[in-house]
Amino acid sequence: MIHFLVHDSTDTVGVAVVDLAAGTECTGRDLSTNQPLKSTTAEAIPLGHKLALKDFATGDTVIKYGCEIGRVVQPIRAGQHVHVHNLKTRRWA
Amino acid sequence: MANDRKILAYRRENGRVGVRNHVIILPVDDISNAACEAVGHNIKGTLALPHAYGRLQFGEDLELFFRTMIGTGANPNVAAAVVIGIEPGWTQRIVDGIANTGKPVAGFSIEGQGDIATVAQAAVKAKEYVQWASELQRTECSFSELYISVKCGESDTTTGLASCPTVGNVIDKHCATGGTASFGETTELTGAEHIVAAKAANEEVRGQFMAAFENYSKLVFSEKIDDLSESQPTKGNIAGGLTTIEEKALGNVEKLGKKTKFVGCLKPAEAPAGDGLWFMDTSSAAAEAVTLWAASGAVVHLFPTGQGNVIGNPIEPVIKLSGNPKTVKTMKEHIDLDVSPILQGEMTLDQAGDALIEMIVRTANGRLTAAEALGHREFVMTKLYRSA
Repeated sequence: MIHFLVHDSTDTVGVAVVDLAAGTECTGRDLSTNQPLKSTTAEAIPLGHKLALKDFATGDTVIKYGCEIGRVVQPIRAGQHVHVHNLKTRRWA
Repeated sequence: MANDRKILAYRRENGRVGVRNHVIILPVDDISNAACEAVGHNIKGTLALPHAYGRLQFGEDLELFFRTMIGTGANPNVAAAVVIGIEPGWTQRIVDGIANTGKPVAGFSIEGQGDIATVAQAAVKAKEYVQWASELQRTECSFSELYISVKCGESDTTTGLASCPTVGNVIDKHCATGGTASFGETTELTGAEHIVAAKAANEEVRGQFMAAFENYSKLVFSEKIDDLSESQPTKGNIAGGLTTIEEKALGNVEKLGKKTKFVGCLKPAEAPAGDGLWFMDTSSAAAEAVTLWAASGAVVHLFPTGQGNVIGNPIEPVIKLSGNPKTVKTMKEHIDLDVSPILQGEMTLDQAGDALIEMIVRTANGRLTAAEALGHREFVMTKLYRSA
């Protein structure tokens, strides 16, 4: 089973394609290379929500589709849920 | 390939191909809705299109109003139109615009005689039209003659992974074989505008696109009181995992395909001047945007949804597809095509694109979409600013 997908090799987040419980050892796939990926969830991540693939500090930029999708507003560890509580737009701020 | 497919459709007087055969009762203004709805109730098989505007508009907003009214009547999915307005001047302007297509159209005005006499006169004409239209036959036409519009709604991250790239696959196949298509959602391209700009066919088109994008962005910045996080992404987008406008836009533009360049930029409700992919400057609100595309002549709309938008349009069938395995179960009655197997690698984008082409063929041949069967007829005019 595929647990998460990544659009581009430069992406720093993956997308859960099933509901993931905390501590799940996940198998992912990079859609740009078709290569398998591994990660472990640090908390529950619902289907469609993002999984951090690295640690982020406040002010860092998150990459998805190989492009910037916003700025980190509180530190995130690899395996944690990335969403509106820790990531904000740079465009309409 | 898409253009090998044949469809059974209605070829109109001007040569354009439609997939529905509506006789519409079109109000010129808000205060003529009651008369139009009365005709619609009296004469079975007709379709009244009540709306909120048409009085004291001026300038560019008035031009958009006329383009939307005339374009709606001119759409090839419409066999004939009855137009009712409070006064004869604007009523006749809309009648004349629709008459340019060669299709039957008649106008009636209320002032000087009241609703009841107007409804009686218009009903006689509507009955004549609907009986005439009911005998029109579908004939063999080419898939490539379809003008297709695309816009997603209640998006989530599965939209960018599955349903939007499925539409992109169809856009590539349709436009490579002489088809016509249009995308828009101007501010919802924010964060991906560089990707769209790179898909412009030439510098002039690129410049027109960036000017439209920057103009709409200026409106957002002049009216906004926060970072729009209450509006864009929507609550549904956020529930589905989308966090920022940039992320939403990058999924949105997957609909544009991998190879296709867009050949021109359209004003809202403006008809494309030729085949290929066209950008239209639209709102990202689903009902407003689809109404503009229908007024530009689009006959089938492709609508990827993640969390399950339920929108339909009275004259342009809206085909919904979803890649979210939960939505295709919980919102089953709204979804025409399930592309969720893409997420587990059990369906390729090419297979999903072909499945969507098959669904377009069935829809063009007469299959009612989920939105049509459920009675979704959202007809929502875009208004640029307050009336005088």
